[in-house]
Formats: sequence, C-alpha cells, structure tokens
Amino acid sequence: MIWELELIIYLFLALSAIVALEVKDLLVAVVMMTIFSFLMALLFVAMGAIDVGFTEAVIGAGVTGILFVVVVFQTSRKSND
Amino acid sequence: MRDQFQSPIVLLGARLLSPYIMVFGWYVIIHGHYSPGGGFQGGALLAASLLLIRVAGGSKLAELQIQEFATTPLAVIGVVIYFATGLVAMAAGGYFLDYEALPIPGVEPDWLRYIGILIIEVGIGLAVMAILVMIYDNMVRGEDYA
Repeated sequence: MIWELELIIYLFLALSAIVALEVKDLLVAVVMMTIFSFLMALLFVAMGAIDVGFTEAVIGAGVTGILFVVVVFQTSRKSND
Repeated sequence: MRDQFQSPIVLLGARLLSPYIMVFGWYVIIHGHYSPGGGFQGGALLAASLLLIRVAGGSKLAELQIQEFATTPLAVIGVVIYFATGLVAMAAGGYFLDYEALPIPGVEPDWLRYIGILIIEVGIGLAVMAILVMIYDNMVRGEDYA
C-alpha cells in the first residue's frame, strides 16, 4: 500500500487514542474508541489480514460502540450515596 | 447524561440503513467459504443491524423484529445446527465435522463439502447474532432508551 497514506492513518490512530484517554466526556471517549477501531481495521486490511480487519470493523466499530454507549447511559457522573 | 430526546432524523437514518446491513450480513455468511468473512462476521453484522434499530427506535419498535424471549432459543438452535452437522458426519462413518461423510444422497463429495460448510456457517451466524442481541437486551433491561 501507499506508505504516505499509511503514515497518515498511523498519525490519526495515535491522535484518536490520546484523545480517548485524555477527554473528560465519556461519550466522546466512546466515539474516539470507535474511530480507533475503524482505523485499526484499515491498517489490518493494508497489511493483508482481510479477515482480521473485517472482524475488527464489525465488532470494534459496530457492536462494542453500541454496548459502550449503553454503559455510559446507565452510569452517572456523581455517586448518589 | 439523560437529556436525550426522540429524533426523527436519527430514526429515519437507522431505518434506512438497517435492511442493507442485514442483507450484507447474509451475503457474508453465504459467501463465507471462498471470500473473507464467514459465520462470525456475518452474524455480527446481522446483530449490528438489529442493535441499530434497538438503539434508535426503542423497545416498542424492536419488539417487531426479534423479541427478548426469542434470543436464547435462536442461539441454542445455532449451536445445535453446528453440533448436529458434526455428529451426523461422525455417525455416518467419518470424523467430527467431516463434511464428505454427510449422508446426503446424490451429491458429489466436493459439493458435499461446500454444503456442509454452508450449513455450519448459518448455524454460527444465528448463534452469534442471537447472543449479541441478548447481551444488549440484558444490559438495558427495565430501562428504555429513545
């Protein structure tokens, strides 16, 4: 694959990971995790592991995103003890 | 974080996108033996199309697709399809999951292998779809979003 494109994908991968770790809002972190998964799937496909990339795109960017959103909505920021 | 409201645009987008994701899931399952993908990925795509409607439309709309009590039997049916194929091949004189030994009369051995892989991938897809939907249903039990 074109190495310039791969370099850009790697940069965005690191950027999304840092934003997901540092951001305060959990919903933004979930969206950043989804973007991380999708870029990871693109890199897997670029490295020739199409099956792994397919699984990463479907599970990481699809189903886990929805499950994380449900978990974020079921918890609250402050404890009510 | 509970200031959500019903949005017709989100619901329309989910309704527009969901059937195509489901068709693509069946495509991936059925073409699993000679292209990337297979039972697990296709089943996860089917589950994603169901979860999209569940997230966007709430449980009222989701009841029209797959109800909550139907997920466990569907998963069991998928696992039973997988093991029944393997055990029937074993009973007919081959090894476990030895598709060539499946007792379907009048089919060449290479077509028999083809059909055997197709049958177990439909089983795997059903099980994966039902279990992912079941996880979501158990997580949101008692509370309704959207």
